Order: sequence, then structure tokens, then C-alpha cells
Amino acid sequence: MAETRKIILDPVVDNNPVMLQVLGICSALAVTTSLLPALLMCIAMTSVAALSGAAISGIRTRIPNNIRIIVQITIIASFVIVVDQLLKAYAFETSKQLSVFVGLIITNCIILGRAEAFAMSNGVGLSFLDGIGNGLGYSVVLLAVATLRELFGAGSLFGAQILPLTSNGGWYEANGLMLLPPSAFFIIGLLIWAVRTARPKQVEKPEYQIHEVHRTEVL
Amino acid sequence: MPDEKKTGFSRDSISNTLVVAIGVSLVCSVLVSSAAIVLRPLQEANQNEFRQRIVLEVAGLYDPGVPVDEQFGNIETRIVDLETGQYVEDVDPQSFDAEAAANEPGLGVGIPKDQDIAKIGRRAVYAPVYIVMQDGAPQQYILPVRGKGLWSTLYGYLSVEPDGNTVSGLRFYEHAETPGLGDQIEKEPWLAQWPGQKLYDEQGEPRMEVVRGQVQPGPAAIHQVDGLSGATLTANGVTYLIRYWIGSHGFGPYLARVSSEANDNG
Repeated sequence: MAETRKIILDPVVDNNPVMLQVLGICSALAVTTSLLPALLMCIAMTSVAALSGAAISGIRTRIPNNIRIIVQITIIASFVIVVDQLLKAYAFETSKQLSVFVGLIITNCIILGRAEAFAMSNGVGLSFLDGIGNGLGYSVVLLAVATLRELFGAGSLFGAQILPLTSNGGWYEANGLMLLPPSAFFIIGLLIWAVRTARPKQVEKPEYQIHEVHRTEVL
Repeated sequence: MPDEKKTGFSRDSISNTLVVAIGVSLVCSVLVSSAAIVLRPLQEANQNEFRQRIVLEVAGLYDPGVPVDEQFGNIETRIVDLETGQYVEDVDPQSFDAEAAANEPGLGVGIPKDQDIAKIGRRAVYAPVYIVMQDGAPQQYILPVRGKGLWSTLYGYLSVEPDGNTVSGLRFYEHAETPGLGDQIEKEPWLAQWPGQKLYDEQGEPRMEVVRGQVQPGPAAIHQVDGLSGATLTANGVTYLIRYWIGSHGFGPYLARVSSEANDNG
């Protein structure tokens, strides 16, 4: 039980795939202009992570080493296409906004990373849970970024107006930068800063140190 | 793998590699294709309902509380031969896809360079129109329009009154213009300026345009709507695509025909 909890909750804060491993940034920029597409993207990504983890783990003892990445990608791609088709059938409006980004889940480093690092050496159940956990970790970041961007960029949450905009006679001047991709970089950067300040253990060691030149060495 | 030696099974052998590669491909392709086939009817229904909803929105008739199908009952779909402006009877309006047809030999034509102000390259010979009927008389003609903006092709519908000249509405339903700047083309405050504007001048030339800045009072103001600050290129794209589609290579002949018929009857 404790292990299950750890596998699911660890990636949410302590070992977050976006904030600690800095993976999956591309889609985090693209789909976070408003909450609804971000939420749908999180669900899609989490289900692909869980299902592909379980499937890869199920045949892990048979996958030959030299074609293992191809096999993993094939399995991941199949699940992504199925999820994409499901979205087009049951969440048509929002899937239009997500456009190519559902397809790009295939190239999301988090999923291939978990397949290679976890599913290839753990059981089916655990791999499924690991996928859910990492999906949740990704979701937490995406939803936080989307909340900030939609609130300050469009004055709304899930499309419902929270801050009345000046263009409609209110008092809030929408911040257009929030709707453009760079703002997601800033927000994720600030989130990483905040989390690493609160948990200094996550701070990476500098890769090299600039040698301090002593006065005598110059002369 | 300690078991491998005992059973003589090696997962890196050529035979196992082939088995896994073929097996995974087979299972995955069955999964993907069955998902595509099972879900296709739902997806097509969605696509159709989406298109109908946009048409209703342009017509100003959309009521979220009523099923789209029911509301669409007052709208007739006809296929028009763009060159002559006449209706074509032997094409099924339900299955006709103007954008796909544009690239098919025989069904599509290249647009001459000097006329291709909307920068779409090709268009279909035929185009669908949606006619809002009331008591047997047409109220609005709704024309599909598309053209290049700044980043993307803008897709929308232009609704014209029976005089063939007065705009009664405009909507864009698909584009990838800059969020917060160019995407104002799909927002109400800007679109609300369109109804009542005149597409053509007295000589019958397409004059409708999106100006830079604000519309100045004057004789031309009836053909103009305000520009979009920070999105001049998107706004220019709208000007060109409207002018193309109401022009002689677009729905010009059709609009001329239906408006002269309206005059004869009235």
C-alpha cells in the first residue's frame, strides 16, 4: 500500500516530470492558454502514460533489446491515435483546439522516459500506476499554468468570466502576453524556482565551477 | 534473465525479434483501425453538427437549448456552379466537400494569379450555399468563405441579405491567428460591425474592407469596418478573402442572379 502511494504521489511533487526533470515542456506551452483544453490534454496524456506503461510492461520480457525503442514507440503511438479518435468523437469542440498536440503526445519525453526507465523493469500493475502518477505530475503543472494564463490573459476560468474585461466595459485590462507561448516559459520557470526554494533538495549541483583566479596566478 | 538459459529462449534472437516486431505491428494496427472505424460515424456526425451550428450562428438563429438538426429545418442547402451562378441538381449537398473537391481534377480549378487575392490557389467548381427560408421566401444567403490571414487559412461563413449586397452576418470557425490579437476576428465586438454594411459600390465592384484604425465618417464608411490593432495582416486577409468570394471569380455571379430575381418578384 505504501509503495502504491509512493509510486502515484512521488511524481506529483518530489519527482515531478515537468518541474524536476524538465520534460514535456513543449506541450505545456502549447495547450495551456485556457483550462478546458489543458484539462483534456492532461486526461489524454495520463491515460496514454498508464496504458502504454502497462502494455509495454506486459511484454517486457519478450521485447528484444535492439528494437525496444521502436516497439515502445509503436505501442505509445497506437494508444495516442486511439485517444485522439476518442476525443474527436466525444469532445469534438475541445479537440479542435488541441489540434496537433494530442498527436504530439507520442513525442512527449515523459511517456517514452517512463516506458524505458520504469515499465521495462517493473510489473504491469506498478507500471500502470507509475503512468498515472507521472500523468498527474504533468497535469498539476499544466493546470496551474493554464489557470494563471486564462485568468490573467482572458479574465476567465473554464470560459466563465471572472475578471470583467475593459473591452466589455469592465475594469480588467487583459494581459495579451499571457496568451502567447513565452508566458508559459516564465510561469514554469517561476514554479520551478518556487518549488526548489521550498525543497532545496531538488536544486541541481552546478555542472562546473568557474575557477576563481587568485591575484598571484595573474602575475 | 536467469530463466533464459534454462529454456533456451533468447529474446535477442532473430526469430524472436521478428515475432515481436510482427506481433506488435499486427496488434497495434488492429487496435488503431478498429478505433477509427468504430468511431467514424460519431466523428462525422460531430463535424456535420458543428458546420450546421456555425451556419445557424451566422444567420443569428442559433439557440443552444434546441437540437441543431431541428433548427436547421428552415435552412436549405444548395450547390451552386460558381461560374454561372446557377444551382446544380446532380451533386448531393450532404456529401459535397468543397475543399477536397478543389484538389480533384475536373472538380477543382486553379485561380489565376492576378485574381487570387485570397491566396488559396484552387477552388472547387461548385460551392454549397445555405439559404434561410421563411414562408417560402429566402431571408439570407450564407456563403462559405476562406482565405489566408497572417499565419493560417481563415474559414468562415458570410451571410448576405436577399438584395445580394447587404451583409447580415460574418463568422470565422477555424483559424490559427495570433491569440489575443488576430483572434479578435472570431469575437463579437468586432463581428457586430458587419451586419448592414454594403459589399458592392454602385458600379458593382466589391468594395467591402477592413480599414486600418477606425472607420472615418464619409461616403465609403458603408463599405468599411474598424481595423484590428496589432493584427493588420489578419485584417487585410479578411478584406481580401471577402472581396475574392463576392467577386466575379467567387459568388459574384450567384449573388447577381439571386438579387435580380428578388427584384423581379418584389
